[in-house]
Amino acid sequence: METSRLTGERIKQYLAEGKRFDGREPDEFREIVIETGVSKNAEGSARVLIGKTEVLVGVKMDVSAPYPDSQDKGNLMVTAELLPLSSDRFESGPPKFPAIEIGRIIDRVIRESKFIEMEKLCIKEGEKVWTAFIDIYSINDDGNLLDAAGIGAIAALKSAKMPKYDEETEKVVYGEFTNKSIPLSKDTPLSITFHKIGDSFIVDPTREEEDISDTRVTIGSMNGLISSMQKGDHNSISIEEMGNVLDLNEKVYKDIFKKIKRFFK
Amino acid sequence: MITKKDFERPDGRKVDEMRPITAKVGIIPNADGSAMFSFGDTIAIAAVYGPKKMHPQHQQDPEKGTLRCNYNMLSFSVTERIRPGPSRRSTEISKITEWALEPVLMIDKYSNMVIDVHISIIQANASTRCAGINAAALALAHAGIPMTDLVSSVSIGKLDKQLVVDVSKKEEDWEEGEGATDIPITLTHNGKLTHIQLDGKITSKQLKEAIELAREATQKIYEIQKKALKEIGE
Repeated sequence: METSRLTGERIKQYLAEGKRFDGREPDEFREIVIETGVSKNAEGSARVLIGKTEVLVGVKMDVSAPYPDSQDKGNLMVTAELLPLSSDRFESGPPKFPAIEIGRIIDRVIRESKFIEMEKLCIKEGEKVWTAFIDIYSINDDGNLLDAAGIGAIAALKSAKMPKYDEETEKVVYGEFTNKSIPLSKDTPLSITFHKIGDSFIVDPTREEEDISDTRVTIGSMNGLISSMQKGDHNSISIEEMGNVLDLNEKVYKDIFKKIKRFFK
Repeated sequence: MITKKDFERPDGRKVDEMRPITAKVGIIPNADGSAMFSFGDTIAIAAVYGPKKMHPQHQQDPEKGTLRCNYNMLSFSVTERIRPGPSRRSTEISKITEWALEPVLMIDKYSNMVIDVHISIIQANASTRCAGINAAALALAHAGIPMTDLVSSVSIGKLDKQLVVDVSKKEEDWEEGEGATDIPITLTHNGKLTHIQLDGKITSKQLKEAIELAREATQKIYEIQKKALKEIGE
């Protein structure tokens, strides 16, 4: 169901006073719950709940030839599917822009932060490298699938075990895992999306809030360093507002990381 | 003689023993009805949206409502990643699922309307279509769609010469003797077949026994489904 204009107006009035329907602060996330190992055949998997929003993310590893421009590095492939199961707004069929954008943004958060040590995923330079496939599925959409997808991808990668590789046949032995993790950096990148509604900025919008968002900025950062960014939707942001968002990002990163680190071993 | 006591299944089950089953109703808040059903490591979830107006309009049926099922395996639900999106296999299973469910649905009154059932396999270890049908039946009941009965689905296997209930992946790949025959069967609670498929080879006599085994197993599944529907917590 679309959010009515009346509801939208009321959300804006509330936000002008710094209030939200569910009593959260503008820069406060809903409760985050992460469960890993939810799909045994995947090398790594995670279920992430942010309030009522839910995603499933799985990691699969495969061996193939490297790309011509990165002969000694592994590959990364991130896809997202907005399942019709998760909302009456999503239809079956080839992925539409919102799903493609989630895949692209999360790809860059992981790639540009160098979270995966790609050079360690090289088996034989110029011939055989690992490809990490990260597939994201929405299970229930109550807003902010984008950030849930990012957290899910990180959690799934952290929980993943490399599959067995047969050196002689040069093939992956599917269904058999080693106890080796995927080589990851010590620090954890996070992707956080800031929404502008009227003159206010909020994080972790509910479905209704996301519907009336004027514009958004997604920031992928780690250790105070920003490594990926995307401004989405039609409206503009002033330079001053952008500065505030960047400051807010450092605070929200710390808040979220504190909330979710207990789920990472 | 249906069961042979000394037959050894790879996971040590008795020949007529199913893997542990879990069923939960009401798992997707956005949906009008939803459920999870699992046979051991095979986990299916289903969501129902509707009844709602059928779009595109030319697909509307003024005589009765339409059931539209969509079976989908998550790319990482199996050992070797499958490309996301529909395949020939998933398209067929979607249709089979519709046929398995439709006979118990009272959708004559829903003219020009559609009921969408979306099934996702989260983790696969054989019998995924059966788990999907069981989850879908629960989700339809949860959505309050009038039904004359519930359907329950189970796969019967013939490993070499032995019939077994609820086939696992290891059993599906059975190679000894006559190999594996896989027979997914769906029955209504009052004993009508709404779905049967078969891959392999089997005599008519033994197939009749297989259907009897399915009848017994689906009665057990029915009880679990009924219990899950009573436990809906809002």
